[in-house]
Amino acid sequence: MIDATTAFPPARGSSGERLATAAVWSSALLVVGVSVWMLGGLFWQGAGRINWAFLTTEPANAGRSGGIAPMLASTVLVLGVALAVSVPLGLGAAVLLAEFTDSGSVFGRLVRRSLDVLAGVPSVVFALFGNALFCQYLGLGYSILAGGLTLACMVLPVLIRATEEGFRAVPEDYRRAAAALGMSRTGTLWHVLLPAAAPGLAVGLVLGIGRVLGETAALLFTSGYVDRMPESLLDSGRTLSVHIYDLSMNVTGGDANACATAVVLVVLLLVVNAAAGWIARHWMRGKRISE
Amino acid sequence: MSAGSYFEVSDMSLHYGAKCAFESVVMSVPRGEVTALIGPSGCGKTSFLNCLNRLIDLAPGARVTGSVRAGGLDLYAPTTDLLALRRRIGMLFQKPNPFPLSIRRNLELPLREHGIRDKRRLEETVEHALRDVGLWEEVKDRLDRPALQLSGGQKQRLCLARALVLEPEALLMDEPCSALDPLASAVVEDLIKRLRGRYTLLVVTHHLAQARRLADHVGLFWMLEGRGKLIEWGPAGQIFEAPREALTAEYVRGRQG
Amino acid sequence: MSPSAKDRLLLGVLRGCAALAGLLVVVIAAFLILESVPAFRNVGWTRFFSDPAWHPAPRAEAGQFQMLPMLAGTLAVMAGAVLLATPLGVLSAVFCRYYAPPALGNAYRRLIELLSGIPSVVYGFWGLVTLVPLINQVRPPGASLLAGVLVVAIMILPTVALMADGALAQVPQEYLRAAAALGLSRWTTVRAVVLPAAKYGLFTGVMLETGRAIGETMATLMVCGNIVRFPQSVFDPVRTLTANIALEMAYALGDHRSALFASGLLLLVLIVMLAGAAEWIGGEPARD
Ligand SMILES: Nc1ncnc2c1ncn2[C@@H]1O[C@H](COP(=O)(O)OP(=O)(O)OP(=O)(O)O)[C@@H](O)[C@H]1O
Ligand SMILES: [Mg+2]
Repeated sequence: MIDATTAFPPARGSSGERLATAAVWSSALLVVGVSVWMLGGLFWQGAGRINWAFLTTEPANAGRSGGIAPMLASTVLVLGVALAVSVPLGLGAAVLLAEFTDSGSVFGRLVRRSLDVLAGVPSVVFALFGNALFCQYLGLGYSILAGGLTLACMVLPVLIRATEEGFRAVPEDYRRAAAALGMSRTGTLWHVLLPAAAPGLAVGLVLGIGRVLGETAALLFTSGYVDRMPESLLDSGRTLSVHIYDLSMNVTGGDANACATAVVLVVLLLVVNAAAGWIARHWMRGKRISE
Repeated sequence: MSAGSYFEVSDMSLHYGAKCAFESVVMSVPRGEVTALIGPSGCGKTSFLNCLNRLIDLAPGARVTGSVRAGGLDLYAPTTDLLALRRRIGMLFQKPNPFPLSIRRNLELPLREHGIRDKRRLEETVEHALRDVGLWEEVKDRLDRPALQLSGGQKQRLCLARALVLEPEALLMDEPCSALDPLASAVVEDLIKRLRGRYTLLVVTHHLAQARRLADHVGLFWMLEGRGKLIEWGPAGQIFEAPREALTAEYVRGRQG
Repeated sequence: MSPSAKDRLLLGVLRGCAALAGLLVVVIAAFLILESVPAFRNVGWTRFFSDPAWHPAPRAEAGQFQMLPMLAGTLAVMAGAVLLATPLGVLSAVFCRYYAPPALGNAYRRLIELLSGIPSVVYGFWGLVTLVPLINQVRPPGASLLAGVLVVAIMILPTVALMADGALAQVPQEYLRAAAALGLSRWTTVRAVVLPAAKYGLFTGVMLETGRAIGETMATLMVCGNIVRFPQSVFDPVRTLTANIALEMAYALGDHRSALFASGLLLLVLIVMLAGAAEWIGGEPARD
């Protein structure tokens, strides 16, 4: 790798060069400034309210006071439903795309293309679809099940992409070695490829979890607003992100708790993303064929 | 050594991190003549060349000691203007590397950077440089097409033209023909011959025959105890006919390396 | 079961998964179309663009269904956000790779990755409690096109910045070496060699961010003011198509509900057109 900072000195005494340097540094400063402003402000105002009671009690007074226990529970349940459906489906699709289709095949190209489009579909469109199919046609109503299923559709492209990458990172030697031993494809997949591709899978999983935790629009009219502790998957449940939205938009005086909830959510996501980054950097390293 | 030398290298060594690439090189490269650097693979020829225009700065962890003067200027002095220096010492790489721009932009870019904005002057200089490398007739109708569409030999000549538009004092060439077929490589070789006298030329080559055809002076690099060394340098006649070192004698007769 | 029968079963299952995943987008489109049929039949698509206003009602005759102001809102927020975020994002990537010392560049990249993981509802919340009051001091009401543009720009910035960073990393080292050997200065190298060489990646990044800006719901819902009107200035409130769906879906019935699905279909068409345009303009030619 070339270290550009030492390799390319700026031209001496050129005003254009100075202007460019100033522009680049000030953009970076601006971005850092806004991030600090935003995250700093959020933590500054919200972190103080977070304690054990906040995490374990029910909200009171429409959420202005009290805690977020039901939202945490709903979030976990929605996440569980979404992953339980999308992981097997995504894994299957990824295995097929990576291991059982050659790059030129029409079927593979079509599926990939359609997944690319799916990845760009706005979440509110997923919400419309989820509301129509799961809430109405399948009669699930506003429920955690409907919300989870909607989100399962949404995270599918992310999951498949990362998992496929994981399989592609497995050295060709493994497959040849397994074939030379006369292993069946099923056996190869189970015992050789799946373990070797696990990091990709994990990255996909973590990215998917991140998407689910942060999603709001797709849940507004699939899993709904109800802020009681859900008793079954058919109950409506309010996730953390919907809680933030509802408190800040529909409840006057709800900002403080909205802010605290936002801090909880951001911290959760930071942990999740750090995990993804960590897996990508450490676990994948050395598994890749030389780049 | 004398007023007739362009590069004066004294006791120069290069380390990549802890690894020594070459060590204690002393050499002077005569002005206006062709000097060939030969030697087996991995003995530090490319690295040496990169030290002469400080392109070695691009390699993280590279450390140069000793001193190099080019045209009387200390290359590694802290006050050296790196950009001006690299404009005075051009370079041609083993693999042709035109920018992914049009043919015209490839040549205009260094000129504009030099402060030449006048359209007429730009056009004249571009044409002149392309004629210089014998490319004008081949590309004059497609100056605005991407340079990456040229053939390998054409690309290499374009890169040569790109180095020449800046009117450098010296040209460093790292195996400039090795990625080309024999015909294209003969064309480039002829060009190098024509540049003799106008520029100080330093050419790395694996082709002993080419070195014989081109060079006025020759330096032989060798790997000793895992480090590159310049084991002998001098006029081509001496190196090829009456080398002082036994290794040189064997290498030029084709028994070693 | 014999090994080969197992293999066949496995392949069948995998095919099923992939087909289901691949068909999902078709199913979604089909549902949107199916659900918007009543609106197209009872309201008719011309009324979406010719009615005097947006006053939806469950029965087509009783309501008005003008969607253009909301489409304008969506496009205005998108344009503003993309215009702001693109230069900032590209310069951020340039900063990472060509200006910052390596350690600082890596730290900065970490920050951008962090920003890319923050959900839109949090950006929206921050905009609502911080930016909107500030804008309100300059020119009431505060919740406005400007607020939407700023918040969405901050939101999509990491997308462009990360894509651009990836594209810059792909620029072959030999170009950099050639630029250095010609004594090109840092900015000339970036401007005239690196950015042109990375243009396909940059273009993809811009397309991605544009898609996100069109589809963004929560942030625009929370800071744009949600008044259905053509904005006269950046300080005017607007309602985007996405925000409209999110606002009204909870209680919409009959033709109103169907019209919301039609607007969702419109969004989907916008996104697909964007992807098509991206492919058509930016199809990367085969490298030699
Ligand atoms: N950027 C670098 N970092 C670390 N080591 C390097 C680097 N570039 C070259 N080397 C090492 O320095 C030594 C000399 O390499 P160099 O490329 O100069 O040899 P060469 O004589 O040009 O070989 P060839 O004839 O094959 O081109 C080699 O051992 C090489 O591995
Ligand atoms: Mg070499």
